[in-house]
Amino acid sequence: MTAALTVTSDDRAGSRPPSALSNVVALGMRQLRDAVRSRWFALYTLAFTALGLAVSYVSAHAAGGAGVSGFGRTTAGLLNLVLLIVPLMALTAGAGSIASDRERGMLPYLLAQPIARWELLLGTYLGLALALFASVTLGLGACAAVLAAMGERTDPGSIVWLAVLSCILALGMLSVGMLVSVVTRRASVATGTAVFLWLALVFGTDLGLMAGTIAFKLRIQTLFGLCLANPLQVFKMWSLHVIDASIDVLGPAGTYALDTWGSALSWIFAGALAAWVVVPLGLATAIFARRSPV
Amino acid sequence: MIRIRRLTKRFARQPALLDVDLEIGAGDALALWGPNGAGKSTLIRCVLGLLAFEGEITVGGHDVRRDGKAARRLVGYVPQELGFYDDLRVAEAVRLFARLKGVPIRGVGAVLDGVRLGGQERKRIRELSGGMKQRLALAIALLGEPPILVLDEVTASLDACGRREFTDLLGGLATGGRTLLFASHRVEEISALARRVAELEAGRVTAIVDGGDFMQRLGVGSVLHLTVASPQRASAFEALRTNGFAPRMNGVGVLVPVPSSQKAAPFRVLADARIAVEDFELVSTERASALAEEMHR
Repeated sequence: MTAALTVTSDDRAGSRPPSALSNVVALGMRQLRDAVRSRWFALYTLAFTALGLAVSYVSAHAAGGAGVSGFGRTTAGLLNLVLLIVPLMALTAGAGSIASDRERGMLPYLLAQPIARWELLLGTYLGLALALFASVTLGLGACAAVLAAMGERTDPGSIVWLAVLSCILALGMLSVGMLVSVVTRRASVATGTAVFLWLALVFGTDLGLMAGTIAFKLRIQTLFGLCLANPLQVFKMWSLHVIDASIDVLGPAGTYALDTWGSALSWIFAGALAAWVVVPLGLATAIFARRSPV
Repeated sequence: MIRIRRLTKRFARQPALLDVDLEIGAGDALALWGPNGAGKSTLIRCVLGLLAFEGEITVGGHDVRRDGKAARRLVGYVPQELGFYDDLRVAEAVRLFARLKGVPIRGVGAVLDGVRLGGQERKRIRELSGGMKQRLALAIALLGEPPILVLDEVTASLDACGRREFTDLLGGLATGGRTLLFASHRVEEISALARRVAELEAGRVTAIVDGGDFMQRLGVGSVLHLTVASPQRASAFEALRTNGFAPRMNGVGVLVPVPSSQKAAPFRVLADARIAVEDFELVSTERASALAEEMHR
């Protein structure tokens, strides 16, 4: 006992308060390791990669070997896959983080250490974000490799753009998930809420917009504004815009947006997705600072 | 080192702590004693800045609300039960918390040796027993040798053997001049570690007594197990009860809690009542503790 205490006593002489950044990095690395080792990460990555490969393979064959360039069947298939899988991954990962730490008693123990609450939240967020980036990059990278091996002439830039935008979408959905995690007490409730939000964003708003447009005869600018309120719609429009430079494939709302905003569209989409990253995370930080971790 | 002024904590308007004032000086060892729901753990959580509260708490001069990080840097904390990440290895856990505390550790092995966990570095947390997890929590609490140790019913989830081992370990550490604040239900822990005992009831501090006087105050300095022939057992029970003891029937005899300095008194009472004592023994501290808790509740 004495020997061990002597060691720590010596160590203390060289110790100094760690910076906030050091704490965020330490907590982020811990969260990244935890996420990468978890089953959800392996399952989602596997599912995303397998479905992506299937989409790439089928799209390439359907093109009759002639191949496609720019935004084509393959990218459209991958885009729809991203729209389904990435928000689900990010929402459930975020929702499960703080809530499950609270449930297993780890949260008060961590917060009893010399760290600030925002450091824990930001570290957790960044760790999960890195895990999600790895999963998305792995999935889309595998698809790009398969397409290249099959002699497809798909523009590599479009896959890179899709990966970048998918990561931004993941950040936004992760923020929403963290907010859910902070306000719920039980991990199961947090995950259930996350799945409900995913369903609402993926299916509810599409159907709601269609129904609303017909029922209330929404003006085209209102319709575009409502699309901007859904991060998945923003991701879809931004992807089409940067990869194909034309979102008129979306119909009147796309045509209106192009005619009205032109080159500023990318900034509008970037701002809308940035708001989905910053606002929920800011709210989560404010609530977490006041809420009991017990 | 720890100063608590007019501490009040309410949960949904129900007071869990009411106007608590406590001062714990450097090197002091204060036990929080009281039944379940008395507010022991709530008080500890307030000291750690985990709960919002009314009043004022400073640790080493740092306000736990305004300067929580600096206050917690002076504290090593061991919870009742550690909800560690199960997949983490022991060495990884030590390194993570060393980094959060800003303590450069040269060897995890030496840190673990100090709590008799040497050679367990590669084990995953889920492979550790309850006692080993608590010792790991203690090793982490001691990283950087903080001047204050805060323990929240640390042996509550351990078996008798684990409790004894952990209390011995803590007894060795408490002599190092460290300030100790701990909540406990266990008489043997308080006997081994506390210099003073704060008795809590329904969120209020009802008394602060010297550690040495505490056992006498509870009346459980020792517990005698007296073996009495079956026909006389009820008479023995009654004779002891009418002479101010609090006996309990137990199998072939009677259990009698007595102050440490009066162990012969029950024998005199029974001799006066012409009841023969066939055998006797002083029961273990743990059995005495279990009995005391039962009586206290």
